[in-house]
This record gives sequence, C-alpha cells and structure tokens, in this order.
Amino acid sequence: MVHWVRAAALVAVLGAMPAVGAMAQTVRWAASGDPNTMDPHSQNVGTVTMVLQQIYDPLIHRDRDLSLTPGLATAWRQVEPSRWRFTLRQGVRFHDGQGFGPEDVVFSITRALQPTSNFGIYVDTIAKVEAVDAQTVDIITKAPDPILPNKLASVFMMSKAWSEANNAARPQNTRAREEMVTTRNTNGTGAYRLATREPDVRTVLVRNPAWWGWQVEGNTGNVAEIVFRPIASDATRIAALLSGEVDFVLDPPLQDLNRLRAAPGVKVVEGPEVRTIFLAFDTAREELLYSDVKGRNPFRDLRVRQALYQAIDIQAIHRTTMRGQSVVTGTLIPEQVNGYAKSEDVRLPFDAARARALLAEAGYPQGFSVTLDCPNNRYINDEQICQNIAAMWSRAGVRTAVKAQPLAPFFAQIQRDDTSVYLLGWGVPTLDALYSFQSLLATRNGAQGDGIWNYGGYSNPRMDALIQRMKVESGEARKATIREALQLYREDLPHIPLHHQMIPWAMRSTVTIPHMANNQPYFRWAMAGAQ
Amino acid sequence: MALARLLDSDLFWSFRRSPVTVLSALVALVCVLGAALAPWIAPHNPFDLASLNLGDAFKPPAWDEIGEASYPLGTDDQGRDMLSAIMYGARISLLVGVCAVLFSTLLGVTIGLVAGYLGGSVDGLLMRIADIQLTFPSILIALLVDGIVRAALPREAHDQIALFVVIFAIGISAWPQFARTVRSSTLVERNKEYVLAARVIGLSPLHIMATHVLPNVLGPVLVIATLNLGNAIITEATLSFLGVGVPPTHPSLGTLIRIGNDFLFSGEWWITIFPGAALVAMVLSVNLLGDWLRDALNPKLR
Repeated sequence: MVHWVRAAALVAVLGAMPAVGAMAQTVRWAASGDPNTMDPHSQNVGTVTMVLQQIYDPLIHRDRDLSLTPGLATAWRQVEPSRWRFTLRQGVRFHDGQGFGPEDVVFSITRALQPTSNFGIYVDTIAKVEAVDAQTVDIITKAPDPILPNKLASVFMMSKAWSEANNAARPQNTRAREEMVTTRNTNGTGAYRLATREPDVRTVLVRNPAWWGWQVEGNTGNVAEIVFRPIASDATRIAALLSGEVDFVLDPPLQDLNRLRAAPGVKVVEGPEVRTIFLAFDTAREELLYSDVKGRNPFRDLRVRQALYQAIDIQAIHRTTMRGQSVVTGTLIPEQVNGYAKSEDVRLPFDAARARALLAEAGYPQGFSVTLDCPNNRYINDEQICQNIAAMWSRAGVRTAVKAQPLAPFFAQIQRDDTSVYLLGWGVPTLDALYSFQSLLATRNGAQGDGIWNYGGYSNPRMDALIQRMKVESGEARKATIREALQLYREDLPHIPLHHQMIPWAMRSTVTIPHMANNQPYFRWAMAGAQ
Repeated sequence: MALARLLDSDLFWSFRRSPVTVLSALVALVCVLGAALAPWIAPHNPFDLASLNLGDAFKPPAWDEIGEASYPLGTDDQGRDMLSAIMYGARISLLVGVCAVLFSTLLGVTIGLVAGYLGGSVDGLLMRIADIQLTFPSILIALLVDGIVRAALPREAHDQIALFVVIFAIGISAWPQFARTVRSSTLVERNKEYVLAARVIGLSPLHIMATHVLPNVLGPVLVIATLNLGNAIITEATLSFLGVGVPPTHPSLGTLIRIGNDFLFSGEWWITIFPGAALVAMVLSVNLLGDWLRDALNPKLR
C-alpha cells in the first residue's frame, strides 16, 4: 500500500516536471574498450557486462550500494540447506515478445554450466535446477552454498526458445574465436534492448518501455537511447567529451582529471573500485613459452618470483603513472570484500639490490628474457604500467618485452594459456573472497569454477584445501580459513599484487549516472537533460 | 679536383645564391647527422629499458624551472629522454623514408624504361596499371598492404618484419610517378641518333636501356626522389601515428607523436611537440631542397 502511494506520488512529481523527463534523452557514452561478445555467458569481463547488464536481467539485481534486490525473482529463500527456492516475477516478457518462465531459468543456468561458459564460477556449486511450478524454481546445490544469491546476481537470464531456435544453446567459444548468433544479437528482459551493434564502432541501445522494472520504485532513469562508442585514444576520448560529442566517459585518462575538473559543463565523480591489478606467472610449464631460459622454468622458483616482486617500485607507479589514483596493495582482495585482513595487506619492500641478489642465488646472475602480456584498453593505464614494470625488471636483469594488445586478442590469448607472465585486473562482483581465490588460485580440474581464470596454472594442494573449506564453512571458521589463504598467498607469491583501482567517471553536468564500486553504469538510474 | 669542379659548377652557384636552400641544407644535414650518429652522440639510449627510471618521468624541458639539464627537451611518461628518443626516432623515420624511396625508384625507373623503350602493348599495359594505382591515395595502399601482411603472417613474425612491411607498403605506393616521368623521357630519348646508332651496331635492347638511355633520363628522377623522400617520411609517420607502422618498442617520430598525443591535454606538451617539430623540420628542409633541385636542373629556368 505504502509502495503504491509512493509510486503514485512519484508519477505525479514526474508528470508535473516540465517536459524534461518526457523528452527523448540520448546519452552518448565512450570507453576505451569494446565488448568482445554479446553472449551473456561467454566472457566474464567487465567490458562485456557493462553493456549486457542493460539488456539482460539476472534473477537478483544489485542496488546502488551493491546489496541484493529483487530482479527476475521477487523472493528467494533456503528451504533446505542445499535447496534454494526462487519465486519468479510474473508478466515479464523478453524483447522478442515471448514470456519469461521457469524453463528459461533452468535453461540459462544450465547454459552457464556448459564447458564453453566463462561464468562457471557463479554456478559451479549447482547440482540441479528444477521448475516446481509456473512461478517457482528450485536450485539444488552439491553442498550448502550460503552465498548462492550473491553469485546469481551475475548470471543473466536468456530465453530458451530464442536460444534454441538460433543454435545458441551453449555459450560462444571466444577462446577459439567462434562466431554465433549471440556474438552480435541479444534477447533479454532488461531495461534496454540492442538496436544496432557494430563491433569496435558503435553499439546503440534503446529503452524498453515494457520493462517490468520501470514500475519499481527507484528506477527513475529517463534515458531513451544509449549510444556506446569505443574510443581507444585517451586524447580523442577526452576531446570528444570536452567538445560535447560524447556525454559520458567511463574511463577518463588520469592525466586529464585536473583539466576535466576545471572544464565548464563537465563533472568528475570518483571512488574506489572493487578491483585488484596484479601480475600472474606461468608456474606450470617445465619451460617457459616466451623466454631464453631453456630446459627449466625460472618462475617455478620462489626466489625468482620474489626478486621480480621486490624489483617493482610500486610507489613510483602510484605517483607517476596512476597520478595518485590507486590504492597500493600487497594482497589479493580490496577492503570492501568479505575476508579482507589489514594485517595480510603488506607488500614485500621495494629493494633492487635484494632482487638482483635473489636472481643470482636462483642461478640467474645474468638474468634472462621474458615477454610480459598486457591489455592496452582494459584497465586504467594498463599498457603504461606494463612498460614501467618492464623497465624495472630490466634494471634487475630480467630483460622484459611488453606485448600489449586490445582486450579481445589479449583475453583470447591468455585463455589459451599462451603466456609466460601477464597483467590482469580482478573485480569481485560477489564481494566475497572465495570468488577471487577459487577463480584465480584453485588448481584447474576441468570442473566449472575452480581455477577458471588461473591461466598461470598455479597449483598448491594446501591452497586447494583452503578453498574447498571456504566453500562450505561459515562464520568465524570461514574467516580464519580466508585469513590463512591470504597468508599463503603472501608466502607462495603466485602473483605480484600491484594496486586496487580508483575509478573516476567523467560526464557532462547535464547527465547523472550513479557511481558504482563495480565500475558498472546502471542506466536504469541515469538521468539526462537540462538540470 | 672533383671538389673544385663541384664548387665551380652551375649547380653550386645556384645553390649558394639561395639562402633558403643553404639553410634547409643545413637543417637537413643536422637531422641526418643527428639521426645517423645517434648511438654515439645521444645523451641517453632510449631503447635500453634498464636505463629508464620512472622517477624521471614527465620532466619538462631544461629551460623550465623544474627541468633538468641532463634532459634538455624533457622526458616522456616512461622517463625517456625526449632528445635521445627523437634522435633514435628520426633514425627509423629516415631509414624507412630512404629505403622506401630507393625501392620505388628502382621499381618505377625499371617499369618506365621498359614501357617507354618497348612501347606498344607492353607500354599500354604498364601505364594502365600505373593509372589504376594513381587513383588510390598512397596512404590507402600502404594501409592495405600492411593489413594484408598482418593477416597473412603469424603474429609472432610481425615485429621482426614490421620495418620491411612499412618500407614495402610506402615504396609500392609511389612508383607510378617515377615510371611516368622516366617513360616520357625515354620516349624522347629512344628516337635520338645515339640510340639509333647503338641499335644499328646490334646492341641488345637491355644493354641500350641500361647504358645509353638510363643516364640521360635520371635528372628528373633525382628531383622526384628528393620530393618523395619527404612524402615517404610523412607517410611513415602517419602509419605509425595510426599504430600500424613500426613497432612501439623502436618508436619512430610518428610513434612518439602518437604517444605524446595522449598527454597533450594534461599540459605535458613537450612529449608531442618536439617530435612533431623535428618531423616538420626534416620534411620541410628535404622538400625545399627538392624544389631547388627541380628549378636548378630545369634548363628553361636558367
């Protein structure tokens, strides 16, 4: 009842506002990278999600503070320790007009479990999905999974009929550069539908007036059309914003923030992101693919990993390349993530002499050569960071070549394990440490989820045991387990952690898009027009 | 002796008479020497990663209050000395320019000679090919060649052959100018008496073309080659600016300008302006020299 009154009041307010709300508002949005697919289960990458989450709905949405709120499911509860029951929203339609029902939920989760899926980490604990009746679905997990709703907030619901009619019953295999209908086409239930998609050029989304969510309180967005354009060059992206050619830049270059803050008609909103940038080593192979060391793999030697860690002057990167817009870290997860421990967030000190000594001790007094793989349009200043590190490592004796590529070929390459050392940024949408440990550090065993982004092939039975415990434990015991895993991470050095990202967003002052710590713009809350 | 003859020639006289030409020759000489001797005279080696220090990044030029004398033109985002980077970059730009011009000269002169001397259907065919190619802008051809090579060869091979691809791509787009000029000169020369005499004593067409006609058609070729050098350098810079030229590990002037472009709005202007100025100086001086050469070699203007 209260809701109805509020909604009515809102409608009255909106109706009373001068034509602004009713006018067709277009937001022209630019970022450095373009999504490498439109398939909702093929690439668990923020650049893809930032477009697809406008088009597809998960069962459970995230609110502005990243808490869980009803999506395609209006309610969910744990009826048995291993059985979650979801009540589905009624009257929801896909963009092609077909109704949304329990069979679509069963289909979508099954699809995310296929071998070509990159979303296994969210559904790996699921044993079975059952349609109970026309508005209820039961999800049975292999073991009790207390954070299942957190995970399902990242799994988009597709139409079973549409996917099967278009030969898209399994996710696109991006690794093998496969093309299928879902590479360029979508059919979601979301607030926006895909109008045109030209990869690397332009993606246009138009408002779906029939979206169920427009009736829900809080979804006050008035944007009728979203035009997304990838602009790789920093200077061009900013020139486009300053000249009024685009309205919103998701990743303004750090060097231009001061200028943007001073520019009339432009505003910068800032905040930390739940994302950690790190370097990961190939510790699996007997011989590195890209190095002049033959017959052995220097990265399997802890002393070499430590040497390369201590050769990095992270403060210089923080000060110069990141211009202060980063949080230097010595651990795998940022503060906002459940399980974070301040006492484990300690870096090995920068010490170039120690680095050289460790390399000599490990049997490489003359150093060696290696290629560092790096994206150049995914993370903030990713290519520059790699070049900084290449110079620092070279000074320690490890002659480093940087191979920087756009995100599509970069991800395809590392997902084939075709790398010796690479830079990656890891966001934590579930806000729980398990997500990072399981994806990045569990031994890859073919099962969905475990080690799904562990392309260096790190494998430590002790780490695996801790991760298995994290999955089933709860309360203080679980906290202690995560703590122990963080400690092991510091001892074992499977990665070199660098920093957590800060994410400034720049937009014209006539546009308001709530800043989100997951670096995702939600256009259902976006306001555009004269203010 | 040879020097005395040179100093006494018409060419040198017209050279000395034009201060603009003398100045551009000096600028060109500085550019070429700076580039050629870079490994010996540059203050730093920008390609040596181990010598870079991030603490030195974004230093303004030496005359600025916070500039440092060891970095006369400032440093870029990695702490590279701009002056050294420009000298090493000019080396690559010049190398690509000279090689591309040599390549297109070789190709164009050969085709022009053959077309002009043999005439008939061979001439028709070769000149139609040249016509077709002239309808494409040279940068388009260069991009096309680059794209095909990248698609055809494995990714790993790109960096090693990138330089040759750029040289080939630029060279292949400029040959029709040479071919047309040489063909028209050859058409005139081949009916002259010395050629007829050579033919009468039974010399092979190849021999006549190479030893009798060729030396007499080279004058205009020299002019076009000089003017084309500037174009080739600009085309290379354009390709590198677009990110399809030489690999960024060995930046040419175009690559330096592209990198600096990202910092243009944030006030670190020296990262892009100095490579840009170096490129302008180099191309302008070469072009002015080319203009002078054209006028000096034209008997009607004497």
